[in-house]
This record gives sequence, structure tokens and C-alpha cells, in this order.
Amino acid sequence: MTKALRTPRGLITAILLLLLAVLPLLTQALDQRYLLSIGTRIVIWSIAAISLNMILGYGGLVSFGHAAFFGTGGYAVGILAANGITSGWIQWPVAILAGALWATVIGALSLRTRGLYFIMITLAFAQLVYYVGAGLEAYGGDDGLNITRSRFGGMIDLRDKAAFYWLCFILLCATLWFCGRMANSRFGLVLRGAKANDLRMTALGFPVFRYRLAAFVIAGAFGSLSGILLANEGAYISPAMMSWVKSGDLIVIVVLGGMGTLFGPIYGTIAFFVLEETLKPLLDLGHRGWGEYWQIVFGPMLVLIALYARGGLDSLLGRRHG
Amino acid sequence: MDYLLLQLLNGVQLGLLMFLLAAGLTLTFGIMDLVNLAHGSLYMMGAYFAWTLIGWTDSFVAGAVLALPATFLLGLVVEALVMRRLYARDHLDQVLATFGLILFFNELVRALWGPAGKSIAVPAFLTHTVEILPGVPYPAYRFAIIVVGALVAVLLAWLVARTRLGMLIRAGASNRRMIGALGVDIELLFTLVFGLGAAFAGLAGLMAAPLSSVKIGMGDDILIVAFVIIVIGGIGSIKGAFVAAMVVGQIDIVGRAFLPDVLKAFLSASAASAAAPAISQVLVYLVMAGVLVWRPTGLFGQRT
Amino acid sequence: MAEPLLSTDRLIKRFGGLVATDSVSIDVKAGEIHALIGPNGAGKTTLLSQLTGNLRPDAGTIRFAGREVTHVPMHARARLGLARSFQITSVLREFTALDNVALAVQAHSGHSFRFLSDARREPGLREPARRLLAEVGLEGRADTLASALSHGEQRQLELAMALAGDPKLLLLDEPMAGMGPEESHRMVGVLQGFKARRAMLLIEHDMDAVFQLADRITVLVYGRAIASGAPADIRANPDVRQAYLGDEAA
Repeated sequence: MTKALRTPRGLITAILLLLLAVLPLLTQALDQRYLLSIGTRIVIWSIAAISLNMILGYGGLVSFGHAAFFGTGGYAVGILAANGITSGWIQWPVAILAGALWATVIGALSLRTRGLYFIMITLAFAQLVYYVGAGLEAYGGDDGLNITRSRFGGMIDLRDKAAFYWLCFILLCATLWFCGRMANSRFGLVLRGAKANDLRMTALGFPVFRYRLAAFVIAGAFGSLSGILLANEGAYISPAMMSWVKSGDLIVIVVLGGMGTLFGPIYGTIAFFVLEETLKPLLDLGHRGWGEYWQIVFGPMLVLIALYARGGLDSLLGRRHG
Repeated sequence: MDYLLLQLLNGVQLGLLMFLLAAGLTLTFGIMDLVNLAHGSLYMMGAYFAWTLIGWTDSFVAGAVLALPATFLLGLVVEALVMRRLYARDHLDQVLATFGLILFFNELVRALWGPAGKSIAVPAFLTHTVEILPGVPYPAYRFAIIVVGALVAVLLAWLVARTRLGMLIRAGASNRRMIGALGVDIELLFTLVFGLGAAFAGLAGLMAAPLSSVKIGMGDDILIVAFVIIVIGGIGSIKGAFVAAMVVGQIDIVGRAFLPDVLKAFLSASAASAAAPAISQVLVYLVMAGVLVWRPTGLFGQRT
Repeated sequence: MAEPLLSTDRLIKRFGGLVATDSVSIDVKAGEIHALIGPNGAGKTTLLSQLTGNLRPDAGTIRFAGREVTHVPMHARARLGLARSFQITSVLREFTALDNVALAVQAHSGHSFRFLSDARREPGLREPARRLLAEVGLEGRADTLASALSHGEQRQLELAMALAGDPKLLLLDEPMAGMGPEESHRMVGVLQGFKARRAMLLIEHDMDAVFQLADRITVLVYGRAIASGAPADIRANPDVRQAYLGDEAA
């Protein structure tokens, strides 16, 4: 581990993680409560991005429906809360299970297809979840619903922003740990091999479908976790959290940060959040009021990145070995 | 009974609009192997161009007719600037780039036309009703959509079956590498196909506008239904797109029309009307799932 | 007489109007090297793909190791001991040579639903992988990225991967494709070394290699097996000379 710290990439990552670890202390010292809120969302989105990276970055599966898991996690918690079940000990496992179940269903159907079909189908199924959410009038329908945060019986009060942040951060570390172990495990190698050449892997004797399905389910479970956290962050659920635009944002984040790398999703999330916050004032400098239309610049930026910079931020930080 | 007939016709009308949108998409996917998420943006631009042109010419027909070449040209520009560089790339790059295009177009429209939705009025000469059966009046505008849609479908069928361009399209859809070997100017073919698709999308957008409204992002949600249609019909197949569009159109309309009454037996009135559109969408996706289990490449798609 | 290790019975495969495999009945006995030759487009790779399970035949049956495998999926056939190398090199380019072979070994060593332990440190996978690399002569290149290997070395890697799991039958699609004379010579030596333990069905265009290695040769033309037998008989067969060998074998 100390060897890793000597490389520029290792050092930057370590500093980043350290900053994230002490963020609540920093924001309190600087008296910038708003920053803590952004920080919390960055941590939560990082978990979602890491979960997508498992199937997209390591597995090569272009799933355009990952935001649906924000929904499975968030709505499971929200629906239970609205029906009087506010204990996090019950809600959270149920929500994670819901995500895993949904992933099993979509995975079983979409993984039978390839290429364009796969992308379209994952998108379509995510829309399905969106419409179901928007159609649930009892739970806010299109407008969404305010919910009470999960309760953990005195162990932790999620309304305490710093405490909630640290919980999210710990969960991020746990997710990172799991992903790191998985990448070089037997399972991870099969997944990565299948990304490289799935016909070869099948010819070697691996039933690739089963492994991909398992990866989908795991990614769905972690994705749901991020949905749970998102719902608790704002004490609010709405179909907008599952919109296909969010799925697209997640893909952008994973690619931006560097696909198939461990910390890439975190870099990508930070870059994504920071990009919006910097493009706006930058444009306003050029002409007042232009900042509002920052996506006119962001859109073409994505086009350029897609065409010329696919290695993402991770590759900018230095080459690595296999 | 009359109500059912009206809804069936509405289903046909929606189906034809969706076919217009899906036709260009299935060709782009099938021949160029290109995921184009920005197709919905072309649908939207067609409507916005029409709104502006109708305002300038003070005539629905003139505005609509002029909007078509405008959208076609926009399609050519987008193809030359962006799409051309994406053909050789993998699907992820295409997803990323066309996603960026969606954001760009949505914001561009917001900057140029403002955030508020616009409306296009049904043209005066089509505000009456047509008696499709004795004693059964049907809105003339919707009937006009059916007529135009059917004409385009027939035109496309003729184009694909009887012209050289059509032959190239069919060959390209089934074996992309082959058409290069035939000595065809691939670049030109791709550009034309893309432009044609853009024009159809624009036509769908401007025809749909008087029925709902012209607003930012209007093409994005409907695009996903177009994707479902293509998956059901089979990528690259015009016939498949047509069949699937008609099926989906019926499910959507008939579902929305009759489900609330069915649901009111179990739910409150407002819950029923909120749930009905969701359920008819769910039905569409169930059909898609069912087709995929039976035929992973769609009803008329290429079997690998 | 024992049932052959692999046999097909009147296998037929059509692509639209084209009959790529025309009622082919072929067999491979344990311990033999059986070469499949024929002009380009004769359907040799198509036949091989049906044997491995990559393509479904339209008619006919395939039997392997005493059971019918016509409908058994590809990965399951690999587990039964039927291994394949590809005509167009199909190694995993982003992985090292050792990683490639270790993955091949992994396929035959229990399941891979293990998420937490580092597979790259599993001696049960690394050691056999090193031995296999040595068997094909690549032990010095174990830690090189597959994409950095020369073409000939990649063909050797292909072979090593096919050998993992100790297959009973190797289906080799042009193992010497693109190799120079020296490399080919080395490969022939390696293949001859396998003969006792593994049977082989070999597609090759390199006639020298074929006649050196093969115990039996089958000639495929337009999807049909027009002749099958000992090398000397094939060389002398007038139909074969006319269809394929021409002056070469003279």
C-alpha cells in the first residue's frame, strides 16, 4: 500500500479520500454548510457510480437504466416509511433486496440480447420503473413525496447532517473495498475476460450469462443502497431520481472518471459536480445570464470526450500496469 | 361502440406517428449500427422549426412544408459534424456523444425559443370533423395525420422495395460490410439515410404538435417508446417498425381509454386515472419482454 | 471396435440458400491426429463451429465421449473435454499471457463465484498455467501482455489456453496461420508431442505440416467430405488432386 502512495495517482487519491473523510470538520470550520450537502451527494453518487462501474467498466455492459436503482432503493424506503415502518433495520435490507430482485428480472431478460438491443432494453425497463413511480398517486405520483428519515433507534440520528455524511462515507469505503476485492477475484476476472472477448470465455468453459447476471444483481444491490441514501439525504422521493437523464449522467460519470478502475467513479462524480459549478460562473463571466445555459457547452464537451478522451480522468493521472 | 372505434382510430393515428419516428431510427441502427439518442431532438426541432415558420408565413401548410427540408438539412449537418465520426466507434461512445447532443439541443432550444412551451393551432381548414362512418364524426386533423402517415408508409415501402436506394438500404441492413464491397459510396448513403430519418422525425414532431404542445425535451420520452418499437419490430426492419408501431399505438391508446374504468372498480377515481397511463406503458413493456423471450432479435430482425 | 471419441452423423448447416455443411459424417479416434483440408470457403470453420457448439446444425447429430452433444451449449462441451483454438487469434489482449492461461485453468477448476480472494495469487491456478506455457514454449513471456506478443507467440498462447483443463480432444483452427517456417516447425513438434494424450482435429492449409502430422485426412469441398483416409491415399486420390491439391502433392 505504501508503494501505491508513491505514485502521483496514489497520492492524489489518498489526499482526496482524506479530504472526504474530514469534510464535515472542514465545512464547519469554514462555516459552509452548503458544501457538506454537496459533499454528501457526491459520496452517494459515487456509490452509485461504483456500482455501475462494476457492470459497465469491468463488465463492458452498457446499461442505460441504472438510475432505476435510485428508485428501487428510495421508493422502498419511502413507501415503507409512508406506511409507518420507519425503522432503518427493516427498510434498508428490504430496499436492497428490492434492487437485487429488480436487477435479476431485467438482467435475465436483457442479458439474452447484445449490442444495441441491450442498451435499448435496459433503457426501456428503467422507464418502466419511472412510469410506475410516477403513476403511484398514493406516494406522490409525479410530484414526489416527503418522507421521514430512517430511524435506527438511538444508534444514529440521520437528521444530524455530519453523522449522516459519515455514515455515507463509511458505506462508500465499504463499497470501494468490495469492488476492489471483486475486481481481482475469480469472479471479477471472468467478468473482465468476458468484456474482452465473451466468445473466448464461453469456449473456455465459462457460462458467461450466469456471471453477468450475478454482476447485474450485485450492481443493483449497491445501486439500491445509493438510492436509500439519496432518499434519506433530502427526506424526499420522486420519479425524477429515476429519470433516464440520471442514467445518462451516471454513464458520463463512469466514463469521465475512467472505466474499469477502482477510484475512477469517484473522480468522475467529483468532476461532474464540479463541472456544473464551474461552467456556470465561467459563462456568466462572458456574458451575464449565459451561465444558465451551461449545458450548451457541456453537451458538446461530452461529444468531444466521447470522440477523443475515452480514457477519462484516470488515464490523465498516469498510466498503470495491467 | 362508436367510442371504441374512435379510440381504435386514435391508436392508428398514434401508431403512424410513432412509425414515422421509428422508421428513421431503425434504419440508422440497422445500417449504420449507430445508437442515436438524439433522434428525439430532431423530432423536437421539427416542431420548433414549424412553429417559427408558421409564424413567419402565417400558414400552417407553408410552415409545415418548409420545416421538412429545414429538419432534413439539420440532419445532414449533425451527420457531417458528429455522426460520421461515430460510425466506427463502439456503442458506448455513441451513447455518450448523442447524450451530449440531447443536452445541447434542449438547452439551445431553451436559449433561442425560451423555456415556456409553444403551441401550434390546428389549421383552420382541419378543425371540422370527418364522417368516417355514417353518424361517426372523427376530428379532421387526426384523420389528416392518418392519411399523411399512411402515404409516407406506402412511399417508404415503395422506396425500399422498388428503388436502387431501397435495395442498398435492405442490403445494408442485413450485411453492412457487403455494401461497401459493392462499390457504393457508403458515406453518401449513410448521410442520405440519416437525413431522411431526420426529416421523418421532424414530420412526426410537427404533426404531433397541435395535439399536445411544442416544448423542450418533447422528443426524449417519446424516443424511448420508439426504441421499444424497434426492439419489438427488429432492428433494421421497416416492416417490423410498422407492425410494432401499430401494436404499441393500440395498446397505448386503448389502454388509456379503457383502463381507468376497469381500475375504478378497485381504486379511487384519481388513483385510477393516475395509474392508467402507467399501466398501459407497463403493458407495452410486457409485450416487448414477451417478444424478446420468444425472439431476442425482434419480430423481423436479423437472426444471429 | 470402440466408439470413436468424436463422431458426426450427416451434419447439415444452411445459411439461407447456401449449404455450408452438406451431410458430413466424420469421426476422430482417441489418440489420432485427424486433419481437415479443403479450399477456402469449403466450410471447414463452419463445421468446427458446429462441433464446438458455436453454431447449431440444421440436421444431423454429434457425439462426443460417448454422449450426444448436438444440443449441449458451448461452455458445457468445453467442460466435457472438448477444447478449441481460434483461426483469428482470440486471446484476451489486455491480460498477460499467464493471466490468459490461468483463466483457462480457472474454467476447469470449480466455480468462479468467489468475490473476495485474489485469484491472481491462487497457486492452484498460477502453477498449472506456468506449466502449460512451458509446454508450448512460452514460459519466458509469462508476464508479457498478450497484445505485446508476436503473432506466432499469440498462436502458441491460443494453444496453451486450449490445453488447460486437460481436454480429450483439441479442435485447432489453422494453428499455424501466419507463422514463418521456423515457428511452424516448432509448432509441429509441439503438436506431435501431444499425440498420445490428446486427439486432435486440425484445420490447416500448410500441406507440409498436414502430411507430417496427420494420421488421417478428410477433404472438404463445398461443404461435402469428398474423401477421407490415410495421407498416402489422399495424396493419390484423383478427385482430391483435381479439387484441391493440384500440383502441390506431386
